[in-house]
Amino acid sequence: MSNEIEAIKDPGLPAHVHRKSDTDPVAEKRAERQVAILFLISALGTLLFIFAYYFIPEDVFFFFPVLGNTNAHQLFLGLGLAMALFFIGAAAIHWAKTLMPDEEVIAMRHTMRSADEDRDALVATVKERAGAAGLGRRSLIKRSMGLSLGLIGLSPLVLLRDLGPLPGDDLTKTSWKAGTRLVTDPGDRPIRPEDLEVGAVAQVLPQHFGEERRLLSDIAKDAVLLIRLRPEEFQLSPERLSWTYDGIIAFSKICSHMGCAVALYEQTTKHLLCPCHQSTFDVPRAAKVIFGPSARALPQLAITVDSEGYLIAQKPFSEPVGPSFWERST
Amino acid sequence: MTARERVAGTVANYVDERTGAAKWMKKNLTKVFPDHWSFLLGEIALYSFVILLLSGTFLTFWYDPSQREVVYDGSYVPLQGLHMSAAYASTLDISFEIRGGLLMRQIHHWAALIFMAAIVVHLMRVYFTGAFRKPREFNWIIGVGLLTLGIVEGFLGYSLPDDLLSGTGIRIAEAIIQALPVVGTYLAYFAFGGAFPGEAFIPRIFTVHILLLPGIFLALITVHLMLVWYQKHTQWPGPGRTEKNVVGYPLMPAYMAKAGGFFFIVFGVTAFLGAVASINPIWLYGPYNPGQVSAGSQPDWYMGWLDGLVRMAPPLESHIFGYTIPWNILIPGLIVPGILFTGLALYPFIESWITGDKREHHLLDRPRNVPNRTALGAMSLTFMLVALVNGGNDIIATTFHLGINQVMWFSRFAIFILPPIAFAVTKRICLSLQRADRELVLHGRETGRLLMLPHGEFVEVHEPISPELAWKLTAHEQAPALALEDVDDRGVRRAGGLKNKLRKRISQANAETIAKPTLNDLKEIEHH
Ligand code: HEM
Ligand code: FES
Repeated sequence: MSNEIEAIKDPGLPAHVHRKSDTDPVAEKRAERQVAILFLISALGTLLFIFAYYFIPEDVFFFFPVLGNTNAHQLFLGLGLAMALFFIGAAAIHWAKTLMPDEEVIAMRHTMRSADEDRDALVATVKERAGAAGLGRRSLIKRSMGLSLGLIGLSPLVLLRDLGPLPGDDLTKTSWKAGTRLVTDPGDRPIRPEDLEVGAVAQVLPQHFGEERRLLSDIAKDAVLLIRLRPEEFQLSPERLSWTYDGIIAFSKICSHMGCAVALYEQTTKHLLCPCHQSTFDVPRAAKVIFGPSARALPQLAITVDSEGYLIAQKPFSEPVGPSFWERST
Repeated sequence: MTARERVAGTVANYVDERTGAAKWMKKNLTKVFPDHWSFLLGEIALYSFVILLLSGTFLTFWYDPSQREVVYDGSYVPLQGLHMSAAYASTLDISFEIRGGLLMRQIHHWAALIFMAAIVVHLMRVYFTGAFRKPREFNWIIGVGLLTLGIVEGFLGYSLPDDLLSGTGIRIAEAIIQALPVVGTYLAYFAFGGAFPGEAFIPRIFTVHILLLPGIFLALITVHLMLVWYQKHTQWPGPGRTEKNVVGYPLMPAYMAKAGGFFFIVFGVTAFLGAVASINPIWLYGPYNPGQVSAGSQPDWYMGWLDGLVRMAPPLESHIFGYTIPWNILIPGLIVPGILFTGLALYPFIESWITGDKREHHLLDRPRNVPNRTALGAMSLTFMLVALVNGGNDIIATTFHLGINQVMWFSRFAIFILPPIAFAVTKRICLSLQRADRELVLHGRETGRLLMLPHGEFVEVHEPISPELAWKLTAHEQAPALALEDVDDRGVRRAGGLKNKLRKRISQANAETIAKPTLNDLKEIEHH
């Protein structure tokens, strides 16, 4: 007997301890008053809310410690609402904690599993009912039903087809053509090489004709960055060098990682940085990726000048711009 | 009978004669709910959802879900005359022209953050206490579903104002869709009604954000709560509490008043945040334009870990037979999250396979008593935390004057190194806590009083702990490792030997505990 391991025993639910408000009428009255006061504070909150809505002008700003310059209308409207809500909660909980019964009670659980006879009865019923419907026997019906249900499941997919056009080769094309002028963004002014000092950057777009404003979906592929270095700073293949003009090099501004605008140019290091995931591109080496998650250099746009001396594209981009996709071949 | 009782009686009779509700009500008004602060976490999630429904409905009255281009002529001077989408302009109007509009926008956004935080912390409490064990696996899976949909819903909501920041987020989501092998570009063109950004996307996600997903949420939350109700709540071990009973307070009146009151507290706190804490000041970002970006782009925190994974991904891309597979997007954007969430959803089944335990459990585990589970949880959290921190690597770099590259390289290593360390450390801590519990039961509490023994030695006086506490510290089970033989009774090697070996190894690791004290131990000490 003494060798057997005995676990420590459960002493059972401890006896209930009465609160002060259960036994002392003075404490009970006090608790009652406290609950009432909390409800009243809430009511005051609603009044503040209504007052702020109608009577505090919307353009009054004042200095509030911690918050700084604060709009009075918004602040007091919000504080009133917060007060109104919070103190209803505080009152209810204080009420429950001081005045409502707080004796712990025990209820029994039942296992989730049904009684064996119920389970057997269910199986029997299902078998019998299914048998009556002849599901097991009528395989012709079963198969044709499977076919029709399967097919009807396709109809929502068919209906969703018109959500959008097929991509076709849309992702591989931009508005840049041979001879397209580069214009400033914003401003839409054609630019000459002299407009750009060494070390400067400019965002440009292809010149746009017609009354309609540019579509955002065009900008999403057309945006280009111009950067001017000293020509001897380039470390480019002869072909890529011929795509630059007098130290000006042009890259797609749409990140080759996930398509953010590559916006930050560091003059001293000559790096382009994408703020989204910090892919870093080395400008003198044709925007080669030197850091970050992007796997490809920014596509370079071949540029030159036209007879009037304005910068133009020599030819369209030689590869798709923006993030990778399945059909992209390079 | 007072007049009031008569009226109540008449109404109750009217309803019961038509619904037969009296029997059900009688039973359920006295239903017992165990009380513990950690049981409030799920409630916070529930109440934030209600707040989201209320504040969101208010916002729909003025928000214009359209990418049609308009010229802004509202009262916010810096943006006057700018071209922008109607969605952005109407969000500005809600902020500046509609009284209470900004308050509601901020309440809505704060409620979303609280909702997600509450779900995550609630999930942690369910995980670390083992509340997901049989019979509650369905609720665990519904919970993981709610978490996943919550992330999607939050992201879509964040995208609706169509400002520069949120547009950048959509751009990244589009890149993930487009990265899918074979079907990616098709799905992207269907989702956006053509080339990005187009004019179809905002109206579409609006419908998903305010109708489709909230409907699914409502259905899932209803089932979730019905199951909690029907299966009865779990409870912490303690005196008088067993696997067969539930100890707590009856629904009416105290529990009802507390839960109802708590709704107002959560709403009040959210309203307070909406009043004083500015969140997502979209007027500072400007309208979306794919050629621009605001430096230091940050998603909400529940997306931050995903962003952090994307940022630390290596620059890998395959080009095969003229097709491109961008691993740098697929791995962090789809594959890793897919593995994480699938593992999370399946965890209850994995654990019961390892322990071989197919019984119902209604008493919660103290996390220290299940060291491996607790350590695995700490390990997963560490992984997510490293990812989340890397999501803010630019901010960390500027605040601490580090190079971005340094922070990124740190994360790339830390994501592999820190989680296993967290596992080992947590497991050690659990075992020491078990040891401390054992000491406490056997030798009592240190009082700080010193006693001089006859021969001059000082000893500290220990005070025995109460039987209630002693029970609480020893009520848990300590199951031995599974006896899994590599060969069966007839000496034949079992099929699936590798799987068996794995299961055996984990089961042995699981059985590593500090033996809990027994009455025999206590008696033995008394003899000395
Ligand atoms: C919209 C989100 C959610 C709401 C509104 C919600 C609400 C609740 C509430 C009110 C309870 C009862 C109190 C409690 O145990 O905290 C509960 C229980 C539970 N929840 Fe959730 N929950 C949500 C998300 C989740 C998630 C993300 C998980 C896990 C992945 C989860 C798993 C569970 C489980 C297993 C129970 C039963 C636990 C027990 O009885 O102790 N829930 N939920
Ligand atoms: S989009 Fe540029 S680094 Fe990711």
